[in-house]
Amino acid sequence: MNNQRRTVLKSGSGAALLGMLAAAGIITPGMALADWNKAAFDAKSMADTLKALGAGSPADSKDVQVTGPDIAENGAVVPVGVASSLLNVTMVAILIEKNPNALAASFVLPEGTEANVQTRVKMGQTSNIYALVKSDGKFFMATKEIKVTLGGCGG
Amino acid sequence: MGNPMKIRAANKDGVTEVKVLVSHEMETGQRKDSAGAIVPAWFITELTAKHGDKVVLSSEFGPSVSKNPYLAFKFKGGAKGDKITVSWKDNKGDTRSDEAAIN
Repeated sequence: MNNQRRTVLKSGSGAALLGMLAAAGIITPGMALADWNKAAFDAKSMADTLKALGAGSPADSKDVQVTGPDIAENGAVVPVGVASSLLNVTMVAILIEKNPNALAASFVLPEGTEANVQTRVKMGQTSNIYALVKSDGKFFMATKEIKVTLGGCGG
Repeated sequence: MGNPMKIRAANKDGVTEVKVLVSHEMETGQRKDSAGAIVPAWFITELTAKHGDKVVLSSEFGPSVSKNPYLAFKFKGGAKGDKITVSWKDNKGDTRSDEAAIN
C-alpha cells in the first residue's frame, strides 16, 4: 500500500486533488478532463445543455426510442435505453429534465456501432427523460416520462 | 485503480453485443453525509470501448449515471476470440482498463 497516495486521496475534493496533482507535475493543467464536455455536464437546464452540446432545438422524431420503466421505484438505479433507426447516427445523449444537471451521459458512436445503447441513471424526482440523437449532422429527440417514487439524489 | 470491470461480449449474426458493469461509486457531489458535510463528487467522466485497436464506443458520463455503471451497446463485426478493451477515467484522474474476449 502506497501511504502517500492514500493520504492524497483522502485529503479532499476532486478539484483540490486535481490541483495538487497538477502542482506536483503528475498531470498538467488542462490535460485532465480536457476531452470531457464540462459546459454540457454543468448546464442546469435542458436548453443550456442542448446549447452546450451544439444541438440547438432538436426536432422530435418517431425514429428515436427511449426505453425505461413507467414507474421507477428506486431513482438511484433507473434502466434507460436509447435506440434509433436513423442512419449514420454519430452521437447519442441521455438527458433528465429535472435532475440538477440535465445531461446524464453522452456517447459517440463510430461507424459500425449501432444506435442502441442501454445504461442506468439516477433520477432525483419524476421527470421527462430525453434521448438526443445526432444523425447525418442533424439532431433529433424523443421523450419519455418516468415516475420516481424514491429519489436517487440526496438523502 | 478501482475494482475490475465485468465485461461480456457476444457475437451473434455478425453483430457483437457488449455489456459492461463497472465498479465505481459515482458520487454526485450533491449528497450529504451524516454530519451534514457534502460528499465530494467522484464519478467516471469518460469510458472508451475498443475492439482490437478500433474505438467502438466513446462515452462521457455525468454524475447522474448510477453507482456501478452498467452499459450495453452493439457494433457490427467482431469475431469469436477478438479482444474487447474497456477503459475509464474518473474526475479524480484515476483510470482503469480491462479486457475480455468475444464469445
